[in-house]
Amino acid sequence: MPGKLKAKIVAGRHLPVMDRASDLTDAFVEVKFGNTTFKTDVCHKSLNPQWNSEWFKFEVDDEDLQDEPLQITVLDHDTYSANDAIGKVYIDIDPLLCTEAASVISGWFPIYDTIHGIRGEINVLVKVELFNDLNRFRQSSCGVKFFCTTSIPRCYRAAMVHGFVEELVVNEDPEYQWIDRIRTPRASNEARQRLISLMSGELQRKIGLKVLEMGGNAVVGYLQCFDLEGESGLVVRAIGTACTLDKVSSGSAPNTNTHVHPNTAPASNACNSPSKDGKEPVFGEDLPSSSGPPTPFRALPTSSSSPPPFSPSKPCSRQSSSSDTDLSLTPKTVEPKPVRCRPGIFLCPSSPTLSTDTLSLPGSGSVGCGHGLSSAPRATTPPPPSSIHSDCALLRKSVSFTEDLLLAASGMGSGGSAGKEAGPLKTLLRQHTQTALEQRGASSSGLLLNAREFPFFTLTSFPPGFLVHVGGVVSARSVKLLDRIHNPALGNTRSYKLLDWNSVTADEPETRDAWWEEIRQEIKSHAKALGCHAVVGYSESTSICEEVCILSASGTAAILNPRYMREGCLDIGSTDHRFEDPSPPSCGFCHIPYDELNMPFPAQLTYCYHCRRQKVPDVLFTTIDLPSEAAVTGKGCLIQARLCRLKKKAQGEVNATAISNLLPFMEYELHTQLMNKLKLRNMNALFGLHIQISVGENMLLGLASATGVYLTALPAPGGIQIAGKTPGDLSNEHHILTIQKRINDTIAKNKELYQINPPELTEEGLGSPIPEPRQRSRLFRSHSESSDELSELDLSHGKKDAFVLEIDDTDAVEDIHSLLTDAPPPTGFYSCNTEIMPGIYNWTSGIQMFTSVRVFRLSNANLTNQGLNKIFTDLCENLLKSFYFKLRSMIPCCLCHLNFTVAVPEEELIQVAVTAVAMTFDKDQAQEKPAEKPINKGSSENEEQLQFPLELCADVSSANTQPSSKVSGVPESTNVSSRVSSLERCSPLPEGRSRSLRSSRSFGGSSVTVVKMTPLSFLPGIRIIKYLGIINMFFIRETTSLREEGGVSGFLHSFIAEVFAMVRAHVAALGGNAVVSYSMKECVLMENPNKNQAQCLINVSGDAVICVRETDQEPTASMTNIGQTCCSANDGAT
Amino acid sequence: MAVELDVFVGNTTIMDEEVYQLWLDGYTVNDAVKVRMEGGVLDECEASADVLLSDTMDQYRTFQMCERLLHSPAKLANQCSNDFPLLCLSLFRYYAFDDAFVREVLGKKLSKGTKKDLDDISAKTGVTLKSCRRQFDNFKRVFKVVEELKGPLVENIRQHFLLSDKLARDYAAIVFFTNNRFETGKRKLQYLTFQDFAFCAGQLINNWTVGAVDNMVEDMDVDLDKEFLQELKELKILITDKDLLDQHKSLVCTALRGKTKAFNEMEANFKNLSRGLVNIAAKLTNTKDVRDFFIDLVEKFIEPCRSDRWTAADMKLYLTHYTNSAHILDTFKHQVVWDRYMGVIKSCIFKMYHD
Repeated sequence: MPGKLKAKIVAGRHLPVMDRASDLTDAFVEVKFGNTTFKTDVCHKSLNPQWNSEWFKFEVDDEDLQDEPLQITVLDHDTYSANDAIGKVYIDIDPLLCTEAASVISGWFPIYDTIHGIRGEINVLVKVELFNDLNRFRQSSCGVKFFCTTSIPRCYRAAMVHGFVEELVVNEDPEYQWIDRIRTPRASNEARQRLISLMSGELQRKIGLKVLEMGGNAVVGYLQCFDLEGESGLVVRAIGTACTLDKVSSGSAPNTNTHVHPNTAPASNACNSPSKDGKEPVFGEDLPSSSGPPTPFRALPTSSSSPPPFSPSKPCSRQSSSSDTDLSLTPKTVEPKPVRCRPGIFLCPSSPTLSTDTLSLPGSGSVGCGHGLSSAPRATTPPPPSSIHSDCALLRKSVSFTEDLLLAASGMGSGGSAGKEAGPLKTLLRQHTQTALEQRGASSSGLLLNAREFPFFTLTSFPPGFLVHVGGVVSARSVKLLDRIHNPALGNTRSYKLLDWNSVTADEPETRDAWWEEIRQEIKSHAKALGCHAVVGYSESTSICEEVCILSASGTAAILNPRYMREGCLDIGSTDHRFEDPSPPSCGFCHIPYDELNMPFPAQLTYCYHCRRQKVPDVLFTTIDLPSEAAVTGKGCLIQARLCRLKKKAQGEVNATAISNLLPFMEYELHTQLMNKLKLRNMNALFGLHIQISVGENMLLGLASATGVYLTALPAPGGIQIAGKTPGDLSNEHHILTIQKRINDTIAKNKELYQINPPELTEEGLGSPIPEPRQRSRLFRSHSESSDELSELDLSHGKKDAFVLEIDDTDAVEDIHSLLTDAPPPTGFYSCNTEIMPGIYNWTSGIQMFTSVRVFRLSNANLTNQGLNKIFTDLCENLLKSFYFKLRSMIPCCLCHLNFTVAVPEEELIQVAVTAVAMTFDKDQAQEKPAEKPINKGSSENEEQLQFPLELCADVSSANTQPSSKVSGVPESTNVSSRVSSLERCSPLPEGRSRSLRSSRSFGGSSVTVVKMTPLSFLPGIRIIKYLGIINMFFIRETTSLREEGGVSGFLHSFIAEVFAMVRAHVAALGGNAVVSYSMKECVLMENPNKNQAQCLINVSGDAVICVRETDQEPTASMTNIGQTCCSANDGAT
Repeated sequence: MAVELDVFVGNTTIMDEEVYQLWLDGYTVNDAVKVRMEGGVLDECEASADVLLSDTMDQYRTFQMCERLLHSPAKLANQCSNDFPLLCLSLFRYYAFDDAFVREVLGKKLSKGTKKDLDDISAKTGVTLKSCRRQFDNFKRVFKVVEELKGPLVENIRQHFLLSDKLARDYAAIVFFTNNRFETGKRKLQYLTFQDFAFCAGQLINNWTVGAVDNMVEDMDVDLDKEFLQELKELKILITDKDLLDQHKSLVCTALRGKTKAFNEMEANFKNLSRGLVNIAAKLTNTKDVRDFFIDLVEKFIEPCRSDRWTAADMKLYLTHYTNSAHILDTFKHQVVWDRYMGVIKSCIFKMYHD
């Protein structure tokens, strides 16, 4: 409820000249929060005004505190005409709502205008006084921490992982409102920026509520995305993993009260305790946990039987939007019944419950709604097991491609046309649950549906012991038409107003919800088919072109250790036995989770090359990071599959069908490419696999990126064998031989390049209980539950040790050529798309984060698929080459977290955006893995296990940084000669640049606020001591003088640079000195060179942190390094 | 098919010094690519010409964007920028200038007219026109900013443009010369380098300007001290009063006798030389004569000495005794002014007395 927000406007500097006559500006500031606005005095005739205002106080609901940004507008006072806006600053005050994060926001913020970019800076102080809200019906969720990082944040320990949280909110896009025709571009952009900021806030708040219900206090791996659906609206959606995190006091002994009740554990300051159970009558008191609410984790035999203490008081009507359905829930009301292994309602996407034609009608959704209650039961029949299987669109390696194709095809089929049917069905389902909810009051059983329904985890790396087995990649896609949804209840227009969605009753969020739920359901069934009860490394994405939208989700099916889960979060039924047999950590995760005799697909199994006790597949594809304890041979490398497919231009239904018909083929081909390239590099596993399919008007782009490694536990990959279709043709034979030779050479070369020298193990030596491949596959087939057609098709590709590529037409030749044209990175460079490079352990402190965008125009109208493929491949390859060239001064270095995003912004344009970080490492010791300290530590004690190992390379890296840190005062990442330092000494900086709290940052007479940025969750050689909150910023920039700003490139270049500057400023204002897990979620560029116009939208996110050099006792000489200078301040803070 | 957009933005800017120099030197992108290819960057890094072109364009764009910042570097220091050290370096290079070029414009009005002549200067000095323009604009920019500021000139330049001490002093010299419109272009002055002038400017700024006595006045280091210039007129007594002149001469000659080979010439020329120096002093109240200060020094003093083949040591000896002897003259009452005048003249002439 109540909270007091205080803001003080101190000063401005370098304001633009607004009055041409005097070359000066009469600036004043409007501070707005919610509907309250304050103004400062006008500071006449100054470009560096000192307002030194009073404290502006806003008394507001904490709900608003979470939703709304503080909006600061700088204006130029004009006596006669309207005041001119100089620019705005939006400050997200969410970090202040969490006691453990920042306590004050204070600093210089760039004043941003959507037309002119950054125009000067303003110094602002913001504080929040929050009163605890004990009302358990509250809508706010202050105190829940959010992390973009997809692992347990470095200075925390996970006491409990609760599971998947998701939410989405929908609104009309201001750009498409009628008013946009009459307002200025600036007003339109600002409306959009503000709306998205609000929606993000609301989304976070709602997710926070869900987390509190689950008994968690944090969201890890928070992934928020925008869908700019154009006419049909704007969707902001987010997924994440709810956790209970305990803070590990930095440097000191691990927290003693590891098993403190999650509700009291984080309540070091109870005022902001996220506990919502409401049982504690007083805040700030340390209640003995016996009197507190029962812990939601581990077995709680009483909780199911005891009547929920406050459930009856929870009428559903309180919810304002449907997605809040389970708002009133608290975890303890859950009956942790393994019986309810599923929500009871299962929707089979491919079952023809409804015919297509009904659904193509607009308004069918509402029709469905009307029949919600009656028709819902029809959809609840559990599907026959076979349908799950046939539904698999698994990107799991299997020997047979044909089979995979088939799986994909069926999966896609359902995702495409059938998927559209499923949408309304899903709506029904939700309607049903809602009604049921009302009927039963708040009886708990059905309510945790959501959490239990999707045992998904957005995390990509885990504490040791967490991940038990990994099954393989599961993915699902579905093509949707973004029709305007007419809701008869509301008439034919959506009547909700901008910024007033709390009263929204339109069913849009539900439709979107339903779409996603359907996909998640599919993912879940895939995971089940792989014998897994959880999906890790889970992510969702969309690609929108006109009214067609491809929804994609992917993850890695896995079995997790239930010890760390909240009871009931996972369905652990018969699979329990698998935990009893502890596998060695370095190979355990490779062991197959599924039943050997009941495999979901044919695969070649062998006994683990590491422990020789359990079966492993021959190839493993995953979306997660390589577990730190995994045994790897050699180094890894980036592997990309790229694909373009032309498609006819079409509208609506036809278009959607065409796309969904193409999708399975694309998936299949991408998969083939990946597999070939993997084999070519003599590797056997892919990590961090990310497949993106983007839709354009006349083509589809597919880009799969992953990091290939050689897992010691998996068998060595067979080579690639080329076979001609027509034997006897001599010239052809010769041709094949040459190609075969080239391939063999490449494999040999790659082996050397990536230092893959697996220990030669003779399979016979172990008395090989493994049958001959042929027999084996037959054996499995006979036991396979899969439908007959599958096994029949499988026969054609039956036993193949080596991978066979058949050259029968030009396509195949093309493929092989493209296979061989991938140039390896130049000497001294490595690249990967995972957090760190497998096989490199001794990072030095040099880092360089960068964002690169390239747009390619296809001038040739009649291109073939092959031609397109070549262009696309070259585009990606050249981009990589450019990086290598640009970063050559950092050698030896590794490009980590190479995150490619492709888009088709216009008909003949291909856009590729990349964000990555280059990190230097010490070459000499690159071979050895430093002492396996973390592993030992992890296995020693139960509590300890959940603690993340400190930097793997702590000792090594700190030792290495010493010699490499060059001249003091120069960050290594800039290739500046030593002259700088002398320069710096002799160029005095203007005083007062570090007027903020971080005065201790100054060094050597001058001070520089350097904020490091990295897409990784850590900084090498640097220890994160505090997380300050999430940074989630959305900017629009528009220009009507494109040429003057240096064309599109100049425009985008300066915009990205400005975004960086603003991110850094916000982080610095929170008191931080680095951003980790930084990512650019969205970069939408629209240009019209003829009109000299361009517009760009960028959405970035990350975690603001305070970090210090790993070794505190390091001599002061290195302390003076820029960026490392806040140690003293931090030490004081912690 | 064409790359429509190609952007690379780092959290810290990556700057290739070679490309930066090419940019500063006014090379076009294509020429720069050629130069780099010949330099063999490609072989080092297994890159293709496309990559090089893309990199060069990108760097050029970065420089162009930075240029705006470099024009008002004080702002740059305030921005939350990770590139501070880098920008300092680029700043240093950006504000660096060719001595050959500056020698041409030194003392000239920094007007549009002069700017039009830049192509001639470019042709004469071999500095590319683009580079000439940049240097010219730099001069003008510094001049404009400092013009309105109070306080010491060098310090102001350093603070506003974050330049090194040396560079700031050079800029101060340029500003000073421009402001007083000293004539430096005459043929007789051609042998003097920019550094000679910069040194003299430093001497003048430190001793003859308003700032030498009062350090809180506007333009303190740019304008010469008018009162002082008035007072210089009093020095005329040294040459108008015959007794004083003879007395001065005999004192100097006594001190110099036997100490130098050029003694005879010194003795013979004493009156001429003394007249020359004192006349320069007396005339400095006229702005026009201030402009001719250096040419006068050369014509009235340096050239006669040179034709008599004085060595630098001779010169030093002569001027020291010439200055000191004046103190012994009991009828000469303007010791303070004399010291202030001769101190500068001495060091200027030492600096300027070379081939």
